[in-house]
Amino acid sequence: MSELLIRNACVIDPLRGINAETMDIAIRDGRIVEEVSGAAEVIDAHGMLTLPGGVDSHTHICGTKVNFGRYMSPEDMRAGRTPRRGPMHATSGYSVPTTYGNSYRYSVMGYTTLLEGAMAPLEARHTHEEFLYTPLQDTMANVLFDGNWGIMEAIRDGDTKRVAAIIAWTLRAVKGFAIKLTNPGGTEAWQWGKNVSCIRDPVPYFEVTPAEIIRSIVEANELLHLPHSVHLHCNNLGTPGNYTCTLGSLGLIPDLNPKRQTLYATHVQFHAYGGSDWRDICSKSEPIANFVNMRPQIVMDMGQVMFGRTTTMTADGPMEFNLYRLHHEKWSNHDVELETGSGIIPVMYRRKNLVNSIMWAIGLELALLTKSPWQCLLTTDNPNGAPFVRYPEIIGLLMSKRCRDAEFATIHPDTASRVPLPAIERELDWYEIAVMTRAGQARALGIQDLGKGHLGPGADADVAIYPLRIDEVDPSVDYRKVVDAFSRTEYTIKRGRVVARRGECLVDGSNATFWVSPKVSEAYDMGKDPDFIEKFDRYYTVRMRNYPVQEEYLNRNRCIETEADI
Amino acid sequence: MIVKDAVCPFCGCLCDDIEVEVEEGRVIAVTNACELGTKKFMGEERLKGPILRDGNEWKDITCEEAIRYAADMLLSAERPLLYGWSGTHGEAQCVGVHMAELVRGVIDNTSSVCHGPSILAIQEVGHPGCTLGVVKNRADLVIYWGSNPIDAHPRHLSRYTRYAEGFFLENAFRDRKVIVIDVRKTETANIADEFVQIKPGGDYAVLSALRAIVQGKTETIPRTVAGVTREQLVRVANLCKGAKFGAVYFGLGLTMTRGKYKNIRNAIELVSELSRHTKFTISAMRGHYNVYGSNEVNTWMTGYPFGIDFSRGIAFYNPGETTAVDILARKECDAALIVGSDPAAHFPRRCLEHLAEIPVVQLDPYPNATTAFCNVQIPVAVTGIDAEGTAYRMDGVPIRTRRVLSTDYPSDREVLSRMYALMQEAKGQ
Repeated sequence: MSELLIRNACVIDPLRGINAETMDIAIRDGRIVEEVSGAAEVIDAHGMLTLPGGVDSHTHICGTKVNFGRYMSPEDMRAGRTPRRGPMHATSGYSVPTTYGNSYRYSVMGYTTLLEGAMAPLEARHTHEEFLYTPLQDTMANVLFDGNWGIMEAIRDGDTKRVAAIIAWTLRAVKGFAIKLTNPGGTEAWQWGKNVSCIRDPVPYFEVTPAEIIRSIVEANELLHLPHSVHLHCNNLGTPGNYTCTLGSLGLIPDLNPKRQTLYATHVQFHAYGGSDWRDICSKSEPIANFVNMRPQIVMDMGQVMFGRTTTMTADGPMEFNLYRLHHEKWSNHDVELETGSGIIPVMYRRKNLVNSIMWAIGLELALLTKSPWQCLLTTDNPNGAPFVRYPEIIGLLMSKRCRDAEFATIHPDTASRVPLPAIERELDWYEIAVMTRAGQARALGIQDLGKGHLGPGADADVAIYPLRIDEVDPSVDYRKVVDAFSRTEYTIKRGRVVARRGECLVDGSNATFWVSPKVSEAYDMGKDPDFIEKFDRYYTVRMRNYPVQEEYLNRNRCIETEADI
Repeated sequence: MIVKDAVCPFCGCLCDDIEVEVEEGRVIAVTNACELGTKKFMGEERLKGPILRDGNEWKDITCEEAIRYAADMLLSAERPLLYGWSGTHGEAQCVGVHMAELVRGVIDNTSSVCHGPSILAIQEVGHPGCTLGVVKNRADLVIYWGSNPIDAHPRHLSRYTRYAEGFFLENAFRDRKVIVIDVRKTETANIADEFVQIKPGGDYAVLSALRAIVQGKTETIPRTVAGVTREQLVRVANLCKGAKFGAVYFGLGLTMTRGKYKNIRNAIELVSELSRHTKFTISAMRGHYNVYGSNEVNTWMTGYPFGIDFSRGIAFYNPGETTAVDILARKECDAALIVGSDPAAHFPRRCLEHLAEIPVVQLDPYPNATTAFCNVQIPVAVTGIDAEGTAYRMDGVPIRTRRVLSTDYPSDREVLSRMYALMQEAKGQ
């Protein structure tokens, strides 16, 4: 039995409605408990800001395309390297760090749970292998269903139950956590070098539209009672005028679930552009935020852009090709049979560039114009908008108008006429930041009942203690102190152990992987469906028996079983 | 007993539809595999147990002793080299990286003498590729450039290209065109619809000519380029632009000939250019069944696919300096651990002269050319036959190999983990 007592913590725990109360946190054997014995090890938090461990609900850290981002970018690997030191392995990389680099840097910032935003089912084993070497966070993966042949055929046949059945079989086989749609339909069209422009374009051959894919899969998601909602990367990412497509997509979504949103729209900054071309592009954060403000069924994340060099990587292959034609940098693409695709290019976001400046403003506007912090979560779509190590700077920008104005003075001078940001006075408070970086993320993922994102008895003892007294710091003025504190915890506690302290990781660790196994009736078991088996055998190049990811690929197995309505 | 859907641990095709019949602890029949794969499954004579060089003799030693020898060798070395890795499973490769990091050694895999230049080209211009099934189901044009799959990857044609069924092709054999580009008329050229014969060393010029034609600059092309007529070049370029889905597969005939990584860069840029007209992809014909896995493992653990030098604590990568051939040729290396490869059969003489001077431990099931340079050899189980583990197909698809036999041989992972544990203990960790 191991016991730990954190004393005098200044706790913000939004899922329990606790806002800056000084209290003790008792931990036994990796979980939060009501009280511990006098023998417990004690950490005196001295009134420091203490939050549940950070949760990132959309990041790219592990798997085929992430690793290819490293593979093709020795210049990025050289841009961030540390030697083996104590229990810490050597790390490389700035925008796409090695797995240990990701894990240590997230841990130092207080993050304890990460969702890999996009995993191709055929290559799932790769993602899980990298999870094994991401020791200081619990992990889970979104599974890509945007160009899945079996699903598109079932949608064409109007058979939503079969859609759900294929998703159930696949999630179980690849040990996935949730459904991801990246440019639905577009990734299949891209395997012919084509794309879909928005939700009403039919996908070549399959003759279904992105709108039909989105609607049908949203219904299937609820039939399976998955913890998370459908996780959508809208069509038409990154093009001027795309906000109408985004509004059209969000408008498809009914409110189907009382516990959480029905749709998680990711990196919405990239989908909130007005104008008709690159010359007249402008911010459309206001109509998007207004729309979301009226619809509790939608949660989004920012996809904030920060200036500097990074690597873009997404399953959205055609979008990356368009970026390549703009930037003329190196370009990688990787289409995956019967399922999806991906693309990668390095980029540099410049403050002297008008489009980049507008992008930077839009992310912040979405967070500031969305009334409820539970509906707009803090992300950069790591590393697409910026590497996750920039999160503390974003917190500074959101909490301080003065910080924003100082930054605004350095960006392209025409930005002011294209974006509403200078007129927004709102400054987020500590509680709202706690929502946007852990509580809201855990609720959106549907993992709060699994002990994530809060500090109630029974929760996983994942805690972040920041070297900051919120009664002494005015974030509106002292934003640099805020940025520093969120960059480096005093203590990061994972599963009841101190894993990082003042920038150093202290233990080797081992992750837990959360995945979902929906229970379906015999009739909907695709493992026994003759048509499904026959198509698998004929068109995949991997045998069906060799496709599922074995339990050997999980350090700690957190299987979530659901009772499906099929 | 028949084991179905076994995974062939021979080449980068990583065929996973093999049926292996086992009787009394021996493989007696193999179905679906090519000749190369069948031979591997049927097995050759393996070493019985670890051996230690003792003057001109070999002495049997225990596994414990052999592991201790290797650990001590690496711990006392100033510039240890950990080389090979393409013929073992990913789990063992991961331990190898940790070992290299601990002793501040150099870890390199066989791609430094194989598709290393292809990787350098990708690091300059990227890689538009896809999984093999995308080609199988869609490609109406396949180009083999400097590769001869009939001999080197025998089932590539039947599983993925020439003879494969394709979802979007009504009659795949008739509707799919195959072009072979090579310096000699190979077996594969005989089954091609079009054969382009290039004078040796002329690949770069031919690639440049094709790029020019695709860009609409046909008038700049001389009558012949490296022995290929302008008419044929125009015909090939038109076939490419007219294809709905084209796929280029290149081999060492492009990677390791004059121009090396510049050839690959040019080929990738041709494909990027064609992508503005139609759908096109390009991929390397990787050799060992898990050479790509070794690149993947090294990359997520160190940031680089091969040639990683930990001598200063950080991971440092500079091919040509931190690659096995160079470390040996400069006589820097003072101990070598070889896993899952046979450098003595492939390295230049100068490197082998140095290898003969330094202590060498090899993990390999079979006696091979490198055995002659070893102080200790530890026979291990063969991944895919009596050990299981992860391998990455040439297109990046990871597959878990099956164990079709049980033997007493330890796996690479087991041996290396025990070695690493001894080394950690000695380092007080």
